[in-house]
Amino acid sequence: MKIKILGMGCPNCLQLEKNAREALQVLGIEAVIEKVTQVQEIIKYNVLQMPALVVDEQVCLSGRIADVEELTDLLKNKK
Amino acid sequence: MVQELVSWIAVTVLGLEPGSRFEQSLNFFITDGMTILVLLALMTFLMSLLRFYLPIEKLRNFLAKYNWWGADYLLAALFGAITPFCSCSSIPLFIGFLGAGIPLGVTFAFLITSPLINEVAVALMIGLFGWKITAIYVVAGLLMGIAGGYIISRLKMERFVAGFIQGKGQDGTAAEPARKISKAVVQLVAKEAWGIMKQVTPYVLAGVLIGAIIHGYVPRGLLEKYVGNDNVLAVPIAVALGVPSYASAHSVIPIIQPLVEKGVPLGTALAFMMATVGLSLPEALMLKKVIRWPLLLTFFGVVSVGISIIGYTVNAVW
Repeated sequence: MKIKILGMGCPNCLQLEKNAREALQVLGIEAVIEKVTQVQEIIKYNVLQMPALVVDEQVCLSGRIADVEELTDLLKNKK
Repeated sequence: MVQELVSWIAVTVLGLEPGSRFEQSLNFFITDGMTILVLLALMTFLMSLLRFYLPIEKLRNFLAKYNWWGADYLLAALFGAITPFCSCSSIPLFIGFLGAGIPLGVTFAFLITSPLINEVAVALMIGLFGWKITAIYVVAGLLMGIAGGYIISRLKMERFVAGFIQGKGQDGTAAEPARKISKAVVQLVAKEAWGIMKQVTPYVLAGVLIGAIIHGYVPRGLLEKYVGNDNVLAVPIAVALGVPSYASAHSVIPIIQPLVEKGVPLGTALAFMMATVGLSLPEALMLKKVIRWPLLLTFFGVVSVGISIIGYTVNAVW
């Protein structure tokens, strides 16, 4: 599972990354989380708001933070 | 009414001297704090519900499709008002809108109102300033968006948008089928609204605390000497101070209201508020990545002038 967090360093983006790492830990999944901060890369995903969560090249979430609970549910179903 | 109750508790139960500075501060903090939190919870929930049915992809698709003979500026301004704003979203939003074919001026109308008008700002303003002034603020913000967007479109500055965006012709994310109201939706929205409240409340209370201190301890008329209507340049100075500042509505508004009580003219205060909340250095730095100096300066310039005009007008007629 390849996870990307799209964001340019604002507190929301950092919080999403933090929650995502925690969710992975809870689920016991080993996955790579990549932070995408370059504009050219971000716009490839067609999202309108940050932060955004991309799992295996599919945009799952954009424009808000999700808490650890929501992320664990989300990632569990992606396995 | 709440204020009287709080006063009574402060004086009778806590033994505070009525009218004392501490009692005034405490009263402000509790009365206004409570009113604001209730309004905030209500507005956050309603707006989250609204946004559930009008997600931004739908707004973008709508703006791209219909131009309604120029009313699209009004629509963009309204859509911006209901959309929450984070400076880091300005780029993907800007690119996404342009890529979908939405004109530059219309996109800017959205970008102008989005940070200015949001449920937190409105809740705070109703709680602290009352309906009338809040209505003035909202209308002023919308006019700012419409006028600003229109002016930018007339200046034909499309050539200052970074090359890698133009003609990108992004496919709109497919609009989802219409969402129905259901208990599950309400629960989901309530949860999201609660999350927002948890995040925002500490900052709101901090702002109300500072406001309470100003309310109780700053002598009336002190500020009038420096920023009263005698100083013709007060409004542009307020705007110049506010523009680079990065603070959100919930930090600025609770501080502004007691200042107005203490003698700062309403127009000057509103101008400062709009400049602080509506424009910021981080937003400029973000946009700089996708638009060039002439357009960026024009954007900031037009909005600053507009806010100053609003400030002078309110001072003159209020």
